Amino acid sequence: MSNSIITGIVAIFDRDNIDTDQIIPTEYLKSIKKYGFGDFLFDGWRYLDEGKLNMTADDRLKNDDFILNQEPFNKSNILLTRDNFGCGSSREHAVWALRDFGFKAVIASSFGDIFYNNCFKNSVLPIKLSKEEVSHLFERASSSPDSFEIDLLKKEIKVDNDFCYSFEVKDSLLDRIVHNLDDVDITLKDKLLIQEYEKERQKQRAWLFDYSN
Amino acid sequence: MSLTLYDKLWDEHLIKTDDSNESLIYIDRHYLHEVTSPQAFEGLRHKNLKPWRLDANVATPDHNVPTTRGKTFYAESISDEIAKIQVVELDKNCNDFGIRQFDITSKKQGIVHVMGPELGYTLPGMTIVCGDSHTSTHGAFGCLAMGIGTSEVEHVLATQCLKISKLKNMQVQFNGELQRGVTSKDIVLHLIKLIGTAGGTGHAIEFSGSYISSASMESRMTICNMAIEAGAKVGLIGVDSITLDYVKKHSNLSNAMHSKANEYWLTLRSDDGANFDKKIIIDVSQIKPQVTWGTSPEMTIDFDADIPSAKDISEENQENMSLAKAYMGLEKSKTLQELSFDRIFIGSCTNSRIEDLRDAASVIKGQKVSKDITEAIVVPGSGMVKAQAEEEGLDTIFMEAGFLWRDPGCSMCLGMNPDQLKPYERCASTSNRNFEGRQGNLGRTHLMSPLMAALTAVNGKITDPS
Repeated sequence: MSNSIITGIVAIFDRDNIDTDQIIPTEYLKSIKKYGFGDFLFDGWRYLDEGKLNMTADDRLKNDDFILNQEPFNKSNILLTRDNFGCGSSREHAVWALRDFGFKAVIASSFGDIFYNNCFKNSVLPIKLSKEEVSHLFERASSSPDSFEIDLLKKEIKVDNDFCYSFEVKDSLLDRIVHNLDDVDITLKDKLLIQEYEKERQKQRAWLFDYSN
Repeated sequence: MSLTLYDKLWDEHLIKTDDSNESLIYIDRHYLHEVTSPQAFEGLRHKNLKPWRLDANVATPDHNVPTTRGKTFYAESISDEIAKIQVVELDKNCNDFGIRQFDITSKKQGIVHVMGPELGYTLPGMTIVCGDSHTSTHGAFGCLAMGIGTSEVEHVLATQCLKISKLKNMQVQFNGELQRGVTSKDIVLHLIKLIGTAGGTGHAIEFSGSYISSASMESRMTICNMAIEAGAKVGLIGVDSITLDYVKKHSNLSNAMHSKANEYWLTLRSDDGANFDKKIIIDVSQIKPQVTWGTSPEMTIDFDADIPSAKDISEENQENMSLAKAYMGLEKSKTLQELSFDRIFIGSCTNSRIEDLRDAASVIKGQKVSKDITEAIVVPGSGMVKAQAEEEGLDTIFMEAGFLWRDPGCSMCLGMNPDQLKPYERCASTSNRNFEGRQGNLGRTHLMSPLMAALTAVNGKITDPS
C-alpha cells in the first residue's frame, strides 16, 4: 500500500488558468520517450534562457525568483494552485513532466478535463476542492509547507496531523494509482463485449466499415 | 424521453458502465499525428498487441513539419534533428502496424483536423478521438469528438474503446445575423470572453440557433474547434442539409450507402424539449470583431474597446491581469489599435480552410503588407486547401501583397517547427491560443479572425473592418 499516502513539501502557484503549454512548452514534445521531462517542467518560468530537448537543468540559466528553484521547494511533491489548472492542449507530457519532477498530487479548485484524465494514467493525483478550501490551504501551506498528508484510501487531507478536508474522486480512477493498474489490461478483460458490440454496429451502421480510400 | 444530441451519441456508442460510473465507449475514428503517438505505439509493442481495427485509424504529420518544403521534400529533409526523428518514427510506426498515413510527401497531407473532414474520414454520428485537444473540431458534423492523452491513444489503438465519464450538457444558442467584418471566429471568441476558459469544463457544448443553422461547415468547424478554449473538450452541432451536402461532396461512400446513412444522420439533432444543464443565448448581431489582449483566450475585447484596467475587474483577478499585461508589454497601452505589429500568421486548425483564405484575400486585394510588418505568412491547412486556393488565384493575391505562401502544417500556432516568434515580437494570429510562449519563447500573440489579421497586415495596426 505504498501508493496510498502522500506526504511532502507543498509548492504554491497563486494563479488561475495555468495551461499545459506553461507546464511544458511544445519544444519538449519532440521527444519520443515517456520519461525524462522533469527538467522542462514550467520551463518558461523556471529558466531565463531558451532550452532544448537535449539540455538538462544544469545547462540552464535558472530564474532564482521561481519557487521550484528555491529550497525546499526544489523537492516539492504536492502542487497547490487555483482555478482551471492544466487547461489547453491535451499533451500528456504535462503530467509526465510533473511526475518526473516528483509531484504526486496537484490540489486545485478546478482542472482542465483532459489533463484531469491524463493524471490517473501516470500516478499523479488531481484533487478538486472548493475555492474557499483552496484559499485556506494556501494559508496553511504558506506557513508550513511540509505539513500536508494526503490519504488516498480515506480520501482526506491532513495538515499538521489534523483532519482538514475530504475530497471526492472516483474509486475506479483512484484504484489505478493505488494499485498501479493499466487501463489496456483492464479493458481487454471485456474483449468479448467489445467484439459483440462491433459486430452489431457493423450490421446497423454499415457505412462506417465500408469505407476505403 | 427527449434527448440531446450528446445523449444520443453517448447512448449509441456505450458498451458498459462500471460501479464508479465510468463508461467504455466505442470509437469509430482515430486520427494520429507525430507528436502524441510515438509513446502509444511503443506501449503496443511492449505489450505485444496489434491495433484492434486498422481501418479506423488515419495518420498524418502536422505539428512539427516545416512549411517551406517545396516540391521535393522527405521526412529526412527536416533539418531539426529531433523533429525529424518524430516524423520518421510516425512513418515507421504506420508501416510496421499497417496504419493508413498521408505522409509528408503526400499531396493530401495537412493539419489532421482540416484533412480528415475534407477527405471524408469524418462522418456524422461518429465518435472521433485524436491525441490533440482541437479534435472538438469534428463535432461540427454531429460527431462526439474529443482530444485525448497519449495513454488513451494507446488504449484506443489496442481496444477501439475509450474509458470516460459522461459529461453534462450545455447549449449555446447563437441567434441573428453577423455585422459586416464579423466572422465565426469573432463569435466564438466573444463566447469565451463571456463564460471564461473554464466556462464549459465538464460539459459538452452544443451550438445551435439561427446563425448556426445558416453557417457553412467551415464556420461550424471554427466554432467547435474553439470549444476546448472555453473548457469544453466536446463541442457539437446537429446534422442538417448543410452537413449532408458537405459529406456527400467529400466522402467516397457509394450513393446506396449514402441514402442508407442519411436517414440515420438526420436524427442526429437534439430533440425538442431536451434538457440542458446550462443554457446561454447570444444575439450575434451585437458582436463586433474580437481580438485578445492577454495570455488566455478569455482575455478578449472588442477590437476598438479599451484594454481592461485594474478598476474593471475583481480583486482576485488582479494578479492574473497584471501578469498578462506585463507579458504582453501592455503596461502603457490603452487600446489595441495603438499597438504596432511585427508578424502576421494566417493558418492553424482553427482558420486555415478555404473560406478563411478567401476572407483574408478579399480585404487585401491590390494592397501591400505594411513595411512595419517583418513577416506575414499564409499557411493553408492542407494540400487540398492549398490546391483549391491556387486554383482560385488566392496565392497570387497574397504573394503580390507581400505575404509568404507556405506548405500545410500547424506552423506558427504552436512554435514546434521553424515558424516561431522571436522574443517580444507581436503577432496578429488566426490560431487558437495566446498562452505565454505558445508561438515562441516570449512571443506576444493576439488572436483574431483571418479577415482582421489580413487587415492588420496591410495597415500594420488593428483597424475597423467595416
